[in-house]
Amino acid sequence: MRAGQTYHPENQHEELILAPVRAISSRDRTLWGALVGILFIGVIVYIRQFILGLGVTGMNRPIYWGVYITNFVFFIGLAHSGTFISAILRLAGADWRAPLTRAAEAITLFSLPFGVASILVDMGRPDRLLNIILYGRFQSPLLWDFTAVSLYLFSSVVFFYLSLLPDIALCRDRLTHVPTWQQRMYQILALGWKGTPTQYHRLEKTLDGMAIFMSLVVVTVHTVVSWVFGMTIQPGWHTALIGPFFLLGAIFSGTAAVVIVLAILRKTYKLAEALPISLFNSLRKLLIVFTLSWLYMMVAEHLTIFYGNLPDEMEVFWQRVTGDFAWIFWLMIFLVFIIPLYIFIFKGKDSIKWMVAASIMVNVGMWLERYIVILPTETRPRLLYELVQGKYTPTLTEWAITLSLFAGLTLLYAVFTRFFPIVPLWETVEKLEPEKFNLRQRPTFGRKRKERK
Amino acid sequence: MTKWSMVIDLDKCVACQGCSIACRFENNTPIVVPSEAALGRSILWNEVFPLRSEGEGAIASDQAKFLTRPCMHCEDPPCVKVCPVGATYKDEEGIVRQNYTRCIGCRLCTVACPYGVRYFNWYEPDWADSIERPLNPDRLEGPRDLEGPSVRPQGVVEKCTFCIHRLHKARERAKAEGRDFRSDEYVPACVQTCTGKARFFGDLDDPESTVSQLAQSRRAFRLLEDAGTHPKVIYLHEG
Repeated sequence: MRAGQTYHPENQHEELILAPVRAISSRDRTLWGALVGILFIGVIVYIRQFILGLGVTGMNRPIYWGVYITNFVFFIGLAHSGTFISAILRLAGADWRAPLTRAAEAITLFSLPFGVASILVDMGRPDRLLNIILYGRFQSPLLWDFTAVSLYLFSSVVFFYLSLLPDIALCRDRLTHVPTWQQRMYQILALGWKGTPTQYHRLEKTLDGMAIFMSLVVVTVHTVVSWVFGMTIQPGWHTALIGPFFLLGAIFSGTAAVVIVLAILRKTYKLAEALPISLFNSLRKLLIVFTLSWLYMMVAEHLTIFYGNLPDEMEVFWQRVTGDFAWIFWLMIFLVFIIPLYIFIFKGKDSIKWMVAASIMVNVGMWLERYIVILPTETRPRLLYELVQGKYTPTLTEWAITLSLFAGLTLLYAVFTRFFPIVPLWETVEKLEPEKFNLRQRPTFGRKRKERK
Repeated sequence: MTKWSMVIDLDKCVACQGCSIACRFENNTPIVVPSEAALGRSILWNEVFPLRSEGEGAIASDQAKFLTRPCMHCEDPPCVKVCPVGATYKDEEGIVRQNYTRCIGCRLCTVACPYGVRYFNWYEPDWADSIERPLNPDRLEGPRDLEGPSVRPQGVVEKCTFCIHRLHKARERAKAEGRDFRSDEYVPACVQTCTGKARFFGDLDDPESTVSQLAQSRRAFRLLEDAGTHPKVIYLHEG
């Protein structure tokens, strides 16, 4: 390697992976336009809500929290996909995960802002957001949330950006025909990356270190999210299981989301070779484990309540199982557990279509699960539950804003994939010229790992 | 130290809802249209509930029991615990207060309160023209505070304050007259108006006060005692 030259590891799929970056088609523009349109409608609807007040939603007393908070929990849950796959599996040494790390991390990165947005949308006085910093009380679970989610967002950006760095440099050097501003963007973002062995060594070391940190954060964040509910003494919420259950649900829906995203990328960007079907099979095994763990949590929680038979708890229990929310509850059981488990075990192998179908069901079901955890408790207040029985019908405002949040997530994702390679190039290299750059000998914490092959 | 407390004798309560109305006018509680009320968005700091009767021989409707419910002003308030910005707080005399200028409207306190005494302003408060004029002019505000009957902005939580402005006024009066303030100089509007004289108010730390003595009664109980909130509103059983 000569001075002033940048080294890029040779990736046999380089052309394939960079192809989507080069071409923004008219179909993209239509999609982006449509998504911006939906987002715009959401903004208008939100401005109306901001001016008139939260009365335009279906929330009332005692249903003080509704779809917005459900969205918050769901988006933060979705965000767990990336960190799980790129950090936890990184530490576990599951090398198969390499091609899908970025696709998964991007879900994390782009769904977190919409989780935060959901909270803002739900606030009665978003103009007083700064009060959280000015007068913040660390005794409040909401402040734990605020801290955990900001930390998660910040560290995800860093983690994502670091692992993107060598590929930005690659874009800078390879994509010479792109518009000047894009070229400049790559130049600035690449931070003068040269790809020297020292740089790769440092990068790997940093990413390993951060993976440990991220794994801790990911567990903390969703547990803390659940504590907003769990720390109150309301029946149905006040259970020690709520933290682990939320965490499991988060990783479950997150991993299912990765399947959906991968399938879309694979098809629309023709990445079949870079994203082999074996990835889906590996995810399938994980998903089977998560589906069963979900059942375990579900049984543990509901059997404890049922057997204990405490009057306040049972009001909420029956509200879920046979009451106003029964159809959602049983639909959820089918969407999250029964059908997906059948598909994952018997149909999912080597079949992307079945995997996607089941993953969509899991995600819809997990949204319903969040709803089922939050709402029934509110409809049966501890005191006088026979007198102040809550009824809640979300209004068009809430659905429009919800839709626009999902549109926003899709938009960020779609735009990102047209400007940056969505399959990490440097992490999936086959030929590493080991005599020069012995890069795959990662410094891991603990024991040194065996060289592959 | 003063510890403000209320005793409600259910034996004397005639369920006239006078307390609820007095509270409404004293504290400038916004009025909602019937369709909003049907959604459960009416604001009644002092709500009156028909009480369910348990077990055999459920009492016929003409004998129905009622429960009037102000804020419990818990000694260990779950709402104060969870507020992220300290907009709701327990002052040194045990009154759980709400600062409308600091509240961010997250509604964590409303879901945390097991008694449902906290209300949210879904819209900008609105009064019919005829009611607009006689709003209670009492104000409790500072540069960063807006409390008590002061008209609330949209999007904040409000609740019973034991008529905190009355306490302030009584204190000011005593000060102006150059004497010490006595704890029997102030009662909330609901106590003053109660038709059946079922409500008592005073200092629970003073063993001589009516509330302290009534609190010793065998009929005394508190709502959701097992919730560990230690309410300072004490009820007296019927019969």
